[in-house]
Amino acid sequence: MKHCEGCEGCKIDKKLEDIKDKYKDVKGGIIGALHEVQDTYGYISTTAQKYLSKELNVPMSEIYGIITFYSRFSLTPKGKYNIQVCMGTACYVKGSEKVLNRFKEKLGIDEGQTTEDGKFSLEAVRCIGACGLAPAIVINKEVYGKMDVKKVDELIEEYTKK
Amino acid sequence: MSKKEMVTLTIDGKEVTVKKGTTILEAAREIDIDIPTLCFLKEINEVGNCRMCLVEIEGVKGFKASCVYPAEDGLVVRTNTKELIDTKRTILELLLSSHEKKCLTCVRSTNCRLQDLCRRFEIPDLEYEGEMPEADLDDSSNCIVRNTAKCILCRRCVNICKKVQGVSAINNLNRGFHSKVGVALNMGMRQSTCVGCGQCIIHCPVGALTEKSNVGSLREALADPSKHVVIQTAPAVRATIGEEFGMPIGSLVQGKMVAALRRLGFDKVFDTDLGADITIMEEATEFISRLNEGRDLPMITSCSSGWITFAEKFYPECLNHLSTTKSPMEILGTLIKTYYARKQGIDPKDIYSVALMPCSAKKAEIIRDELKLEDGIQAVDNVITTREMARMLKEANIDLAALDEEEYDAPLSVATGAGHIFGTTGGVMEAALRSVSYILDKTEIENVEFKNLRGTKGIKQAEINIAGKKHKIAISQGLANASKLLDQIKAGTSEYSFIEIMTCPGGCVNGGGQPIVDEYKASKIDVIGLRAKALYSADKKSKYRRSYQNPAVKDLYNDFLDSPNSKKAHKLLHTHYNKQEVYVEGK
Repeated sequence: MKHCEGCEGCKIDKKLEDIKDKYKDVKGGIIGALHEVQDTYGYISTTAQKYLSKELNVPMSEIYGIITFYSRFSLTPKGKYNIQVCMGTACYVKGSEKVLNRFKEKLGIDEGQTTEDGKFSLEAVRCIGACGLAPAIVINKEVYGKMDVKKVDELIEEYTKK
Repeated sequence: MSKKEMVTLTIDGKEVTVKKGTTILEAAREIDIDIPTLCFLKEINEVGNCRMCLVEIEGVKGFKASCVYPAEDGLVVRTNTKELIDTKRTILELLLSSHEKKCLTCVRSTNCRLQDLCRRFEIPDLEYEGEMPEADLDDSSNCIVRNTAKCILCRRCVNICKKVQGVSAINNLNRGFHSKVGVALNMGMRQSTCVGCGQCIIHCPVGALTEKSNVGSLREALADPSKHVVIQTAPAVRATIGEEFGMPIGSLVQGKMVAALRRLGFDKVFDTDLGADITIMEEATEFISRLNEGRDLPMITSCSSGWITFAEKFYPECLNHLSTTKSPMEILGTLIKTYYARKQGIDPKDIYSVALMPCSAKKAEIIRDELKLEDGIQAVDNVITTREMARMLKEANIDLAALDEEEYDAPLSVATGAGHIFGTTGGVMEAALRSVSYILDKTEIENVEFKNLRGTKGIKQAEINIAGKKHKIAISQGLANASKLLDQIKAGTSEYSFIEIMTCPGGCVNGGGQPIVDEYKASKIDVIGLRAKALYSADKKSKYRRSYQNPAVKDLYNDFLDSPNSKKAHKLLHTHYNKQEVYVEGK
């Protein structure tokens, strides 16, 4: 696992303390706290996990179990552009695997990873509800439908220039 | 019990009346119907996730998991229809499709719930040959090895670690095909909160969790003529090792065990129980001086290795409450490499000192820096569990059950009944109380049996009289219970003077290195109670029942140690504790 030194998510800052205070006395508050950490920092750092474990009195193994169970949570910082390839049934039948593989090949990363320049991260996700556009992907909040290998290349070029 | 609180149902054509709230599984067990289970562990893991206990209930749609379905009046339940049996066969086949299946070389072969069920359900050819999940073999701990290739994800280990021990070292990680039981941050057990107790091992239905084997280096030592190889045996092992040789649970086999170890080639066989007697002399003396000085009370016993690690990882602010007296194993180990070595004229470096223990945590205790002797040598070189030793004896064609009884070797052979009962919850406290008054002012107490300190209640309390003053004492078993007492100490509300803490439920008789009893069998008999009874019977038969009466103890203090808590005793028999950080990379 990748650990980063000194980046925003690895420090116990005011924002993290606020999240802790908000959920400290909430029963089952750990899920809510993890959501906020994820939204605030784009991932849940080891430092944040240890801090919440101690302050909310939840074992580390439980926190780690939650984070690795839900694909919503991430252990590594996401890229500036987070690419989500839908692997739902409709998209899958229409060839989303080829789309995913093309992204892996062109970006040189696996799913769940981030490119070294921090620009792109890649995820395979469950149905995003855009079956009519299958195979579909989402980059940050933008949906792109009827994807194919050529469109993958075009999108990468477009976002690299941004 | 009023009639209102009872329900009557029919299982496989047989009527059974049980308390309301009882599950169908347990109702069936009352009439000796053994519905197959893999994940069920009473009160600890009642999650219904393995699906092996499915039953058919008349008028209820679909099969139901009997381990979580409450018995109701008038239910008609069937456990053995063709559909159910076929379904269970499929469940087993699916489990096997992602199981390592190296049964021939698995340490749990012939004592594996999965193997047993496969035989019971006559699994034909393996139909599903598919991808195997990535295996995670974690041997970072000195006590426990985790192999996910054999794991069936029943969660018994996860929940015993969480609910009984309050340790939560492991949990279910990831999801779907990649699900596994693992450690936070994907680290090893060594970096986790694990205390090495091995409760996960003895509750694993398969071979996914095992003790870290130290058998290889012992084989080498025994075959090396330049080594003087000695062994000491813990109190609880004499009450359990017979089980591995087909003897009934609760068989006391001290003499047979000594004979077997001698056959295996040990130069001397010593008794850890003498170490326990010395522990009592040191600990009781320490307790009295703490009472007099009014410091670091309550004092907490320090024999149980897992508990020490627990304190160092979870309650570092309470370490001053722990008795500084070493554990009986370390005391005897120290005496072997000092007193015995000198008496025999052997260089301590040529002694290979082995301890036969009911415990997996002891494997980590012996390498503690705090316990190293002069020149940095270890007092104990190797810890072998009851199970490991049984396997070693078997490979050497030694049938322990068939041997005549033999005696321990002098000069570390005589132990009292007080030493024997160290192996069960309440035993250390009882042993201490038999000696405290005498050590304080030479008062001989009449009744040595403290029956109110016995039994398997999570936390036991009592009031005792020492030198005309009343003191409250407590005894806890299972570390989740210990936490309750420690939280009181932290909050400054503890009303006790003396606390005994044992890591494992029931104490060492149920330690992580002990013979593994199948869950169904264990639901029918009181395994812990029978093993404890064997130790209490050893106590009752003993010539001496108070540690200070032990002639070997007197000799040791006269010849070597001066007096309890003397300068020399402090140097050799006492230790200290340090905070342990968890989840630190590279540690």
